[in-house]
Amino acid sequence: MDYGAGNLPSVERALARAGAGTERAASPAPLETADAIVLPGVGHFGRLAAALDDQALRAPLLAAIARGVPFLGICLGMQALWDGSEEATAARGLGVLAGRVTALPAGVKLPHMGWNRVRRRAPARLLEGVPEDAYLYFAHSYAGPAGVEAVAVCDYGATFAAVVERANVFGVQFHPEKSGPAGAAVLANFVAAVGNGTAAPGRTRSPARTAP
Amino acid sequence: MTLARRIIPCLDTDGVRVVKGVRFESLRDAGDPVALAERYDREGADEVVVLDIAAARDRRPTFVKTIHRAALALSIPLTAGGGIRTLEDARAVVEAGADKVTVNTAAVRDPELVTALADAFGSQAVVLAIDARRAERGWEVCTRGGRDPAGLDAVDWARTGTRHGAGEILLTSIDRDGTQSGFDCELTAAVAEAVGVPVIASGGARTPSDFLHVFERGRADAALAASVFHDADLGIGTLKAFLAANGVEVRPLP
Repeated sequence: MDYGAGNLPSVERALARAGAGTERAASPAPLETADAIVLPGVGHFGRLAAALDDQALRAPLLAAIARGVPFLGICLGMQALWDGSEEATAARGLGVLAGRVTALPAGVKLPHMGWNRVRRRAPARLLEGVPEDAYLYFAHSYAGPAGVEAVAVCDYGATFAAVVERANVFGVQFHPEKSGPAGAAVLANFVAAVGNGTAAPGRTRSPARTAP
Repeated sequence: MTLARRIIPCLDTDGVRVVKGVRFESLRDAGDPVALAERYDREGADEVVVLDIAAARDRRPTFVKTIHRAALALSIPLTAGGGIRTLEDARAVVEAGADKVTVNTAAVRDPELVTALADAFGSQAVVLAIDARRAERGWEVCTRGGRDPAGLDAVDWARTGTRHGAGEILLTSIDRDGTQSGFDCELTAAVAEAVGVPVIASGGARTPSDFLHVFERGRADAALAASVFHDADLGIGTLKAFLAANGVEVRPLP
């Protein structure tokens, strides 16, 4: 999804390396036919929320998620899954996950910038084969709650959601496209799960569309 | 769990070629910033900074292309800087794939530029570069590659810059830059204690102990160097092993 917030070349390149073909979606049409949707994210929650509305992406995205299309949100793109954010209190999130994104507490250096590890709390499809002690690259000042969907959390000032997974909905607070071999493995897991159908439990897919 | 301290090689380019002496004979093209950046990625660098130190307007499109090629080649974050004077300059390198931009002289002239960049790309993408020189009291900010005193105290300017939305400070000691006499830990600590954002120390690196000192005494969150890495005097793997053995948390080699 292209909402004019940069960092798309890196995400596209990393997905290509993971074996996926990509198309930029700045309008609703590509969301109707995509095998999977990735919402990358940098910048401000309010801008992302406004762009989803201005580009008429909100309803088709929610419909695709409801249809079972695998979705991966990265950083701010993951934060968009919750109801809203302290970063822009009037802006509406997607409301796919219950709860709100909050500011990381003062007392630690912010943004949370650099390489940190995550703590797994449940089996995580995205982290299969990723070493337990792998470092991943974070760059953010706000974070989502470590609720039931948070299969991995990170501790920095507070404990927050590092990886969320619920059926066909995936999110990572770190930047897999900037996290070296560990990040590449996360994206490869997502692409593989899309390809073999495990990213969308219970969804019937056309085999023709799973072929690379 | 704590955040790892970062090791950041810096590539000074004329927009196209690496301009500082590079002696990597194994590289197909040792002057190609992209080939060099890729090598650092493989060796375990945590980020790469690519600067256009000439910042000539007519070479700008070529620099943006260099950034694009580097962004596509790297699996770690990329910062672009040098000659970023306007929001549009920054947008060009961000759209080319840079994760962060550094601003220096233009931010001193107009601190609102920092705010505009943070609004457009988020604070995490805005690195305020400060070149500082020891003065009678404290350190003074210099612009235009360290040539012109700006009449600002470095610690005050770091505070002002972060209030305007800078998400990180890249702090270069002009006194130490190019001398290989170690980082200015006192300067680094003064700024690191004054601001709530991460501080990248730069200028003077030579030995692994220099890095250890700037993380311990200087309280730096990251350390940047150029020639000590380019000349292969110090491998990033060797440096990280030394830091880890001395109790500094670093990301191990991939």
